[in-house]
Amino acid sequence: MSETNGHGELPDETPDETPAGPHRVIGTPPPAEARTLLGGREPDGDRPAPRELPADPADLRKAKVAERLVAACFIVAMLAGIGFIAAYIGLEVHSVDAVLRSNLALGTSLSVAFLGLAFGATIWVRHLMPEVEITEARKPLASPAEDRAAFAETFTEGADASQFAKRPLLRRTLIAATLPIAVAPIVLLRDMGPLPGTSLRHTVWRKGLRLVEDVSNTPIRPADFSSPGGMITVIPEGYQDDDDALAKAATIIIKFAPGELQHPTVLNWTVDGIVAYSKICTHVGCPVSLYEQTTHHILCPCHQSTFNAPKGAQVIFGPAARPLPQLPITTDAEGYLVAQSDFHEPVGPSFWERG
Amino acid sequence: MANRALDGVGGFLDDRFRGAKSFRTLFKKIFPDHWTFLLGEIALYCFIILLLTGTFLTFFFQPSMTDVIYHGSYTHLDGIRMSEAYASTLNISFDVRGGLLMRQIHHWAADLFMAAIFAHMLRIFFTGAYRKPREVNWLIGIVLLTLGMLEGLFGYSLPDDLLSGAGLRILEGVMQSIPIVGTYLAFFLFGGAFPGHLIIPRLYILHVLLIPGLILALITAHLFIMFHQKHTQMPGKGRTDKNVVGAPLYPYFMAKTGAFFFFTFAALALASTFAQINPVWLYGPYTPVAMSAGSQPDFYMGMLEGALRVMVPWEWNVAGHTFSFNVFLPALLPLGIIFTAAALWPFIEQWITGDKREHHVNDRPRNAPTRTALGMAVITFYGVLWLEGANDIIADHLNIALYTTTRIAQVSMFVAPVLAYIITKRICLGLQRKDLHLLEHGVETGIIRQMPSGEFIEITRPVSEEEQAKLAFPARPPGLPAPDSADENGIPAPGTRGAIGKVRARLNTILTESVELPGSNGHTNGHGADGSGQAQDEPEHAAVPAGGVPDGSQEIAPGAGQADSGSSGDDAPDQ
Repeated sequence: MSETNGHGELPDETPDETPAGPHRVIGTPPPAEARTLLGGREPDGDRPAPRELPADPADLRKAKVAERLVAACFIVAMLAGIGFIAAYIGLEVHSVDAVLRSNLALGTSLSVAFLGLAFGATIWVRHLMPEVEITEARKPLASPAEDRAAFAETFTEGADASQFAKRPLLRRTLIAATLPIAVAPIVLLRDMGPLPGTSLRHTVWRKGLRLVEDVSNTPIRPADFSSPGGMITVIPEGYQDDDDALAKAATIIIKFAPGELQHPTVLNWTVDGIVAYSKICTHVGCPVSLYEQTTHHILCPCHQSTFNAPKGAQVIFGPAARPLPQLPITTDAEGYLVAQSDFHEPVGPSFWERG
Repeated sequence: MANRALDGVGGFLDDRFRGAKSFRTLFKKIFPDHWTFLLGEIALYCFIILLLTGTFLTFFFQPSMTDVIYHGSYTHLDGIRMSEAYASTLNISFDVRGGLLMRQIHHWAADLFMAAIFAHMLRIFFTGAYRKPREVNWLIGIVLLTLGMLEGLFGYSLPDDLLSGAGLRILEGVMQSIPIVGTYLAFFLFGGAFPGHLIIPRLYILHVLLIPGLILALITAHLFIMFHQKHTQMPGKGRTDKNVVGAPLYPYFMAKTGAFFFFTFAALALASTFAQINPVWLYGPYTPVAMSAGSQPDFYMGMLEGALRVMVPWEWNVAGHTFSFNVFLPALLPLGIIFTAAALWPFIEQWITGDKREHHVNDRPRNAPTRTALGMAVITFYGVLWLEGANDIIADHLNIALYTTTRIAQVSMFVAPVLAYIITKRICLGLQRKDLHLLEHGVETGIIRQMPSGEFIEITRPVSEEEQAKLAFPARPPGLPAPDSADENGIPAPGTRGAIGKVRARLNTILTESVELPGSNGHTNGHGADGSGQAQDEPEHAAVPAGGVPDGSQEIAPGAGQADSGSSGDDAPDQ
């Protein structure tokens, strides 16, 4: 380490400016003195290359300060790392508060550890490693013409020897042989799922099936609505744990004052001003979860398709193209709301076969 | 001591692998420095951090949609029916020490990964670093961006919370809208009707194996190509298309990039300590019956979300079949057009300019006004749709009517990009004029001197060599190829005659629009010296360098060294 200090002892050669010029040149970062040298050709093995990187930074006194700073950063990082392990061992989780404490301690110690390493390494590079700027020549990316020609020759020779070009029968049958095998993986995917069939056209709603309130799963009597008001999410009775059924059958009911419901709402499908619409948006299938009582607008929170509740849930804004399908409802012998039938059209987003 | 270790370990390895020479070359490899070169590194390090934290998460996550009744530490959800996936996510968050931190680092790293890729891609675009010979790496980058979006979408769908379930519902709705095959695709992906019990395990294996494997392979290719072709560099003193100026890999770049890895990890750890992300326990388990207001996807999906929101309700029913233009057009077109155009752009630009030279010195964005303006137009278009993806939040916070935000987006998605194009181009040309002024007249010193004649003049100092090198205008493309010249780049050579030739010439005029250099002979300037005598030792076919400033008091030919890149010998032939 002691042979060269990297500054004054570099060979004082002037770079050669001929086209064959220097392969690598050390630049002159201001304000240090000029220290360009001939990098020369790659060493041939027997002759070591002259030193290209100075062994020490320009200002050794500043470097001493930097060294202490870097060491301090690394010690902080080490302590933080120990802190991380201590926090892991010492802090329990299993409750919201405990998790927040643990996360704070683990996260802070981890951050400090990485920051210590990061700042230490940065100061090290910037203030301890001597500044260099090296210019390296780019070699042309394209091969020389003779190399290309030689390759073409090799390729042609190989192609000739393989007989691939000469014997079309072999070539064609080989291609024919690989085609079915290439398609096979796609065929194998067929059993990823059942064919859609008509399943998108139906829900589990059927005649006499009760509408029960979502979450509480209680059936609903028209009399339970004291006055017109908000929107209630209902599901078919007995399907509260069947997400596949609910994804299509989720329904909303809204009660209106007499005379408020208008065409194209089917009045025969309502009970006492209570109308039921599919909750699945006809755009891309989000549950339409927002209802504005003053305007009677049903709003889908995903893409803001807006449906006019008293007028057959027609679209009045947004990207949905079709109204929410209406579920025909009536009351059963005990006075609870039930479906008259399934929806009369497919619910939810459009699909190719919908028509 | 160091030498003994080198002899020992190094000798052991070299005896077996003969690596001394190649490792020496590797260690001496030069890395140019510019802060924007760090953007890609951020993405790389985020990916490594994603692999590390993701592996930890897989030890505890259950990719299963089997229903369970939750009785864990998060008592607010005690007794609730949920999928095992969601329950195990709660378990990671509340019962595994460091689990919440790892989850949050993983999510923040995913967001930073995508943000860094976007920023990196914009840097590449605006500095022209995608130009020959780096077109293939540009294409790989676009595929990586697409894979990153998918990987992120699938990743945040895994916890099976209310928000991510809604995302999957939208994915299903969008798939169903695809003509002819859409319904089948959706049924095959979900294993039947939505939601089914298969989508989480299927997304899981795509998320932890297939897509990361592809990303890893492509990143490897991306880095090897970058390594082989060497970095680009920003314009500066002594930097040409024939060299690379910087510090060697060992020890400089190694130490710098190591420090940068730690900075990235520290930033993510800080964010994950102090900024909560994706608190799935607050959203609750997925149910197809409910949806909360103000639901947003992660930011990199926001543009698609906005496109869905901004669309008008077009739907056709033809012969028993439904064309859901309202869904599949916005899902497909905006991002599809941007990505396709981005992928084709390097080749389009090459065709328009006829520039077949290798470029290793980057453009400053102002020096390619049309390209910069086009980029800003695309960013603006993307930005309008991205903001529209959060229009409910914007409407709420800015007190604008919800529908008004959508109307504004519907208009501005067409108008704003045009404005952005015009404004950006003006700004670029203005900045070019400022540079030209500096080159011609020097830097104003603020010192006023009275001449003997009584006239007052301001003293200017000539720009320094370093400044000159930065300010220099890049060499103009050599002009369109002569009629009937063959095109070596695989693009059909349309010639310069006929309608296509006219279009090409017109596009060339637009694309190469730049501030007129005094003494240069116009936009499609071709060849030869321009009278200033400073390009005289350039080869005959070199474009006019920036040296065409006939100001005797200054030597301004810094672009001269960059003017010729004709190392591969396939420059456009002389006319």
